[in-house]
Amino acid sequence: MRAERMTWTGQSLPRVEDASLLTGRGRFIDDLGVRPGTLEAAILRAPHAHADILAIDIAAASRMPGVVAVITGRDVAALTTPMVAGLKVKVQNWPIAVDRVRYVGEPVAIVVAADRYRAEDALDAIAVDYRPLPASMDPIASLAAEAPTLHPTAGSNLVSDRHFSYGDPEGAFAAADRVFEIAIRYPRNTGAPMETFGIVAEYDPHEGVYDILANFQGPFSIHTVLARALKVPGNKLRMRMPPDSGGSFGVKQGVAPYALLIAVASRIAGRPVKWIEDRLEHLVGAVAATNRVTTLKAAVTSDGRITALDYDQVEDCGAYPRAPEPATLYRMHGNMSGAYAIDNIAIRNRVVLTNKAPTGLVRGFGGPQVYFALERLIHRIAVGLGLDPLDVIRRNLITAGAFPYRTATGALYDSGDYGAAVALAIGDGRLADLRERQAAARRAGRSYGIGFTAVVEPSVSNMGYITTVLSAEERAKAGPKNGAQASATVAIDPTGSVSVTASSTPQGQGHRTVLAQVVADVFGLQPQEIRVVCELDTGKDAWSIASGNYSSRFAAAVAGAAHIAAGRLKDRLAEVAASQFQARAADIVFAGGKIAVKGESGASAPFGRIAGLTHWSPGLLPDGIEQTIRETAFWTPPELTAPDGADHVNSSLCHGFIFDMCGVEVDRVSGRVRIDRYVTAHDCGRVLHPGMVDGQIRGGFAQALGATFLEELAYAEDGAFLTGTFADYLLPTATEVPDIEVLHMESPSPFTPLGAKGVGEGNCMSTPVCIANAVADALGVADITLPLTPARVAALAADPEPAPPAGAARPQARAGDRTLRGEGSAFVAAPRAEVWATLLDADALASLIPGCHGVRKLSPTHFTAEVTLGIGPVKGRYTAEVKLSDLDAPSAATLSGSVTGALGSGGGSGRITLDDAEGGTRITYVYEAAVGGKVASIGGRLLDGAARAIIGQFFAALARHASPKRPGLLARVRALLKGGRS
Amino acid sequence: MKPAAFDYIRAESLEEALAALAQHGAEARVIAGGQSLLPMLNMRLARPQVIVDIMRLDALRPLRREGNTIVVPAGVRQAELLAWPELAARLPLVAAALPHLGHTQTRSRGTVCGSAAHADPSAEIPLCLVALGGEIHLRSRRKARRVAAADFFTGMMATDKADDEMIEAVTFPMAQPGSGFAFTEFSRRHGDFAIVGCAARVTADRIELTVCGVADRPERRAWPALSGSALDDALNAFAWELDAREDLHASARLRRDLVRSLGRAVIKEAASCV
Repeated sequence: MRAERMTWTGQSLPRVEDASLLTGRGRFIDDLGVRPGTLEAAILRAPHAHADILAIDIAAASRMPGVVAVITGRDVAALTTPMVAGLKVKVQNWPIAVDRVRYVGEPVAIVVAADRYRAEDALDAIAVDYRPLPASMDPIASLAAEAPTLHPTAGSNLVSDRHFSYGDPEGAFAAADRVFEIAIRYPRNTGAPMETFGIVAEYDPHEGVYDILANFQGPFSIHTVLARALKVPGNKLRMRMPPDSGGSFGVKQGVAPYALLIAVASRIAGRPVKWIEDRLEHLVGAVAATNRVTTLKAAVTSDGRITALDYDQVEDCGAYPRAPEPATLYRMHGNMSGAYAIDNIAIRNRVVLTNKAPTGLVRGFGGPQVYFALERLIHRIAVGLGLDPLDVIRRNLITAGAFPYRTATGALYDSGDYGAAVALAIGDGRLADLRERQAAARRAGRSYGIGFTAVVEPSVSNMGYITTVLSAEERAKAGPKNGAQASATVAIDPTGSVSVTASSTPQGQGHRTVLAQVVADVFGLQPQEIRVVCELDTGKDAWSIASGNYSSRFAAAVAGAAHIAAGRLKDRLAEVAASQFQARAADIVFAGGKIAVKGESGASAPFGRIAGLTHWSPGLLPDGIEQTIRETAFWTPPELTAPDGADHVNSSLCHGFIFDMCGVEVDRVSGRVRIDRYVTAHDCGRVLHPGMVDGQIRGGFAQALGATFLEELAYAEDGAFLTGTFADYLLPTATEVPDIEVLHMESPSPFTPLGAKGVGEGNCMSTPVCIANAVADALGVADITLPLTPARVAALAADPEPAPPAGAARPQARAGDRTLRGEGSAFVAAPRAEVWATLLDADALASLIPGCHGVRKLSPTHFTAEVTLGIGPVKGRYTAEVKLSDLDAPSAATLSGSVTGALGSGGGSGRITLDDAEGGTRITYVYEAAVGGKVASIGGRLLDGAARAIIGQFFAALARHASPKRPGLLARVRALLKGGRS
Repeated sequence: MKPAAFDYIRAESLEEALAALAQHGAEARVIAGGQSLLPMLNMRLARPQVIVDIMRLDALRPLRREGNTIVVPAGVRQAELLAWPELAARLPLVAAALPHLGHTQTRSRGTVCGSAAHADPSAEIPLCLVALGGEIHLRSRRKARRVAAADFFTGMMATDKADDEMIEAVTFPMAQPGSGFAFTEFSRRHGDFAIVGCAARVTADRIELTVCGVADRPERRAWPALSGSALDDALNAFAWELDAREDLHASARLRRDLVRSLGRAVIKEAASCV
């Protein structure tokens, strides 16, 4: 670390980015404008979680006005190769379904048209013939031999199974006073940036070059994946990023497979193609964090010292093990002991595929999953041993004198004083205040809990950590992978002003402001004199595979590279100035916009005069100084070595520390959790911009609240996706985010140029489990599952429910699945035989189905038809298939059917029973139905009502049909139907 | 997320709007504030052939007093009603409920009658209409008619409105001396559709409770002045009768619990306002 004094670095300067963003002048991908002739794409997505594609009929869509191309998976496969993945398994990673769909929302076809409206019109005209297959949704069930296999070529849904052992875990468990165990299921959630994916791609057939503008965030290792998939060398895939990003939180990594699709579409269409993902597409198919099932055991002494951990992690990567997965599982590999000194660790890591959208980068990236298990277990240990959780934490923390500290699994923790950070957080009466609040609330009969969490936040990923998934032999064969190349370029123009570019892709974090601060300090200039441009272009900028904006690497790595580049230029400028001033380079100082000779009588010149010399008068440069025009620094830390033969891996370079403490009050009836006080203490090394660090912490906290209380990408058991809009995938808003207390200490990293560490992700790791610990404390319960929805919390707290009044029917218990069930009865003023005859007459039956027309009879009891179904304004056209079976004339029949259409698909069956009644026939029915596809994703709350309404209409029509001559019957039947409970 | 093609009629007169509805029937949709219809159009959940915009019609505004009722015509936005200075005095229940209806941004576009027409079972305006015994004024080219709110809402997003009819106005009976009102709701976030919403009207000898978010439409029950365990029993019976839905956001059990607890709370609050 350089020792010079920093004037600007460390100050909360106004962000240079904000003026344009706050005045609506941001330049996001959808604002940039495109070349004349650019077409727009829309993507047809799978309504089934798992189905064979028997045929895709694009003829009608291709003929529609404005449509230029309709592209299917086979077209894409003809021009590309499957995407390379980190796992060596026989799975073809296509960006679009080829012959089989494996998750709801998977791309099936692309329409390229004059505009998006016409492209979407044509989507509706594509007819896909699916043969649905059973879906495998649960990660544990998916491991079973009898589970539906997603990729038959892989032989199993289990695509990776690795055992690791560090130290002597068996011995430690054998010698333990106590063993504690926790089993958790971490839910699927995502980052949900305001701006969705966007791509403009163009193919130059003459040079064979793909040019892709995309709001991709990196890592640029993905560039290699894309170039290989497109079958071009890297220099024929130019990727460019727009100047501004509407947020990422990791997920903009997931734009990559779509970049492939749109690139291929532009090649087929022969024109540039633009695609902007919509919100439904984003939620159904962009990028999810992995849901993970973890069993964690700890060997513990009777005074709470943990001697060993044993992890069993089952990682659900969705339908494809898409690069960089299974990185979520291995990103934390060096950090499996968290903030604690634990020498013995056993780990079993399994990666399983399920019929859900593929996973990828989401803020926190593996940290939330690990810490939810580890820190919940700490709480359980404390409860089990009758100790204060805070004491268990403190008893196990790595001590201040131990840094740099090598963890059992191989990480090298750079710096810290964890005990001091804990003391900082609980000091100044904060802990005493929490305890007092708790005591007061409990005295008043309210449920109040306190939670603690200690978390090590890794940053600056080792590009080699993912190879830990391979065995040592496989790694040796593939060659070692390691490092974290970061780069920045500092340039001086003829007027002597300074420009900076860096191989990062800012997603709103203020990189331009910080780079200006850092470089201004080096040159003794004002930050506003430094112009920073951050629009990475792989065709002409300096970059490497580690480039990009992820793993919180900017402050530690990229800003450091800029510091190094500027420092090198400065050293050369000092030589130039020394030769101009006839002084020694060592005596040249840069300050106040001047370059001067140290001392009272020293000569001086404006910075620009010396800096511009290289352009105007290169002949005046001293020997050995070639130019001072441009300097690019590449920096990679030597500490990031490849995994060793015993699977030790220093998975990240920097390790910040967070200690969180909170008090929550739980309403036992409504399940509402109120955060009463939240304290978060951070040590992220040297703070480059306190305001931005504060923003990162508060933003991470807000996102963590979403994960804690609101957010889950939910699927039904049959694979239907249920949270396709922000009405069902709930994000925290300002109203839901309380103020928090942020505390800091600084233990500079000895491994980074500026002493900074990453800080952006920590609260996503610490906050969910801190609140979970507090809720567990408040309610005295052991098992906490996220998200903590009101119903879930209320169920934890619940007293027995008051019984229904005597005589009232208790509604049948409904399972947690999304199957719609109902029952009811109707009276028809017609003899039973007549009603039976109607049921058996396909034409008559078809006429009873609301909105049914175009009947095609396949047998007397089996027909297909076109139907228009709807509720309120929600209407869709479907193809229906209806069958009667289990006939028991004239008493009972089973009516089953399925419908498919642009809004989704549904299927169900009902048993109809006919009984004689006075003046006619009583029909009773029970039904079960399940709905999938788009309508399940966006209209979940409508479905129950829709099913009831449609079934009600069916029986109303049956009654009308069976005795058509009686006026007013319909009204009577409707009145009767209201009496039936459905 | 682009709508399918449709024709757009910006009606210059009520007659023109009604003629369009008469001509196109189920294929036409009235648009007012567009807060429910536009997302459905963009997601292609709804694909009407004709959209009839009624927001230029002076005949459909402003809100007015008529006898003992407040008439809110179809052109009145939710924010306008909320900003009406007499709202708290004339319609205290509506004044308490409206701030829960979405957000400032949606209320400044969405209309009162549009919310009634949409008939979401969790929505606050249908709840208030049923709780207060309001009426829906329907008009078609054939006729004009008035329907009691309790009869208008027939199920999940289903109403008694015929395809050629539009809501011309809704009316809320004004608060009378001797009545106390209270509203509360529970939602996962502020501004979300209610998991359970409760509105109470209490007089010296009568308790009325209306609940939204639980059944397919707002449901009202009335009891004589009950208290203590008799009230608990009545609320418990009501909670069970509603056959609560189970969905992503709440369990049926939680909904019943909230009917019991919020119901008691609003009744108590309303009683204190009598």
